[in-house]
Amino acid sequence: MDDVTVPPIASPEPGDDPVTKTTGHPGDAKMWTARMRRRVVRAFPPDRLLPDRQPAYVASWIYVFGVATVAALVVVIVTGCILAVKGPQWWHVSSVGHLVNSCHLWSVELFFFAMVIHLWGKFFMGAWRGRRAMTWIVGGVTFLASIVTAFTGYLSQTNFDSQWISTQAKDGINATGGGALFNVLNFGQMLMWHITLMPLVIILLTGWHVLLVRRRGVVPPYPAKAEKGAVALAEVAR
Amino acid sequence: MTHLTTIHATLVALGGLPRSIVNLDKPGHYIHWHFIQISVANLIVIGSMVLVFLLALLIPFPGHGKGGRDDG
Amino acid sequence: MKKHRAFKVDRDAPEYTGPYRPYDIVKEGTIALIVIAILTVGLAVLFGSPDEPQRTIKNWATADPTDFVVTAASELSGSSGVAGYGPPYNNALGSVQYLGPFHLPDILGVRIPINTANDFVLDPLRSQPGPPALESALATYDAASTSQQAGWANAYASGTVSSDGSTVLVKFADGKVVMPPGTYGPVTELMQSETAIARSGALDQALITGTGFYTTDYTKPDLFLADGGWFDGIGNSQNLGGEQWGMMNETNSYPGQAWLWLYTMLYQIPPYNSTWGPNADVDVWFTMIVLSGLLIFVPFIPGLRSIPRLTRVYRLIWRNHYRAIERPDA
Repeated sequence: MDDVTVPPIASPEPGDDPVTKTTGHPGDAKMWTARMRRRVVRAFPPDRLLPDRQPAYVASWIYVFGVATVAALVVVIVTGCILAVKGPQWWHVSSVGHLVNSCHLWSVELFFFAMVIHLWGKFFMGAWRGRRAMTWIVGGVTFLASIVTAFTGYLSQTNFDSQWISTQAKDGINATGGGALFNVLNFGQMLMWHITLMPLVIILLTGWHVLLVRRRGVVPPYPAKAEKGAVALAEVAR
Repeated sequence: MTHLTTIHATLVALGGLPRSIVNLDKPGHYIHWHFIQISVANLIVIGSMVLVFLLALLIPFPGHGKGGRDDG
Repeated sequence: MKKHRAFKVDRDAPEYTGPYRPYDIVKEGTIALIVIAILTVGLAVLFGSPDEPQRTIKNWATADPTDFVVTAASELSGSSGVAGYGPPYNNALGSVQYLGPFHLPDILGVRIPINTANDFVLDPLRSQPGPPALESALATYDAASTSQQAGWANAYASGTVSSDGSTVLVKFADGKVVMPPGTYGPVTELMQSETAIARSGALDQALITGTGFYTTDYTKPDLFLADGGWFDGIGNSQNLGGEQWGMMNETNSYPGQAWLWLYTMLYQIPPYNSTWGPNADVDVWFTMIVLSGLLIFVPFIPGLRSIPRLTRVYRLIWRNHYRAIERPDA
């Protein structure tokens, strides 16, 4: 392997990058736009946003389940878009529609499959360590939001499943008081949540999660016994 | 346009196929164990998740196998 | 900015100074997308997806007319599940659940008002171009005092079943509802017509078009269906009932929302199914909110955040890394 013993290209200091021209004209440095550009470039220099190097410890199949989750999300959205083109009743009457619906269902199963394994893997790595708590939190919220999205999808099937699930779930949601605003028996409302609000939420959360991963990098291993002494004295980034 | 025609013909052909190869439109099987009741389908999904998780931990990642050279 | 502070092994990560290696994340993402797409299409072609047909009130009144009549009578007399439900449908107390001292549905109150007698029975009947017998029965009913109306409706509802509720006494023969003798006034004709429009499919339409020509809201027909025994029986025969771990199950042999296993399980165990039973829904929801909070805030919860370090699964994930550090000569 082409091991590299030095870290990737050093991140640019604000203002000194000839390509991104972070600072811009000296007189414009206080502009809100220039400030935002500096912040963005400082947080996400290109080699951090799309790195071509990873630490050598990134060597396990467990690392593929994050990207597999994103890939499944793409398939979920594409199949959902095809269903949206023809409307909520199409798949009952068309064999092609039924196949697309099946693809939508199974990509959702794969999405949860990969996401849960990703969650287990990251838990056992203690992946929140080293200023990565927000990455964990956003991931956890995405998981919960995905459950709401899937649930509203089940309610949008316009079949017995939807009728049954809505009449059962109403009691739980009504008991919390939420039923007054979130009426699981209102098909139109649930469909809107499923194909508009929740996908927006999931896409934004997933984007945020991935950017946080890129920003902080992959969590390093717990210190080994041999390193303990050194770590105790090490500077800890705040 | 010929492309679209081909795609359309393929979709029509697909439309003639049965909805799935394995027919799951028959009463489900359930496993009862003390207070636990779970469908065989759900058990297979959850079981294979655990299995894939364990395999992901155990199977060596290609190109990063044994020996300290990679970590050198 | 860097500051010195004590290194906590469950919160902080050592700064990595080891080697890096080429890792093509764009290629990895592309391969993942192709693999997932192929898996998706493969599973879809292999297993398909469930589509158990919707059930209508017409189906119900045709398949089990006496169950329909028993339920419709309870909607008119105000003794049905929905009639006694409480917020957000009405001000009854049937489904009142308390979280400690709090009755949460009261905060937002009645937002989806449903008067089962009017919404499920009388208004649909009034909307029909009824025969003279129905028009006259409606006129008699409307002209009577509230207590007289209740007297007829209650007598009819209790007449449909035996006094202990175990036997259905109402019969259905030759397209007619046959009740045991009693003083039901115009309610006999009202229920006759209600059953007739249910069996023709007109009641389905009357319930969903209650707010206008265009509608996407199926609250009324679904609540009406769920009040009856027929609809419940279909769900239970598919193992979808609340006490059958139903929320995570799917119709027929398909996998369901397996990710709801914990939520579903809580309903099956004490104290949720015993001493907390009357408030099970709100207690399960509150528990799930607390547990979700624990999951999300693991990074800050002492003890919980030490589990990965103590279980040492990470030694397996990063085995090459530790081998290199601890046995550099190997």
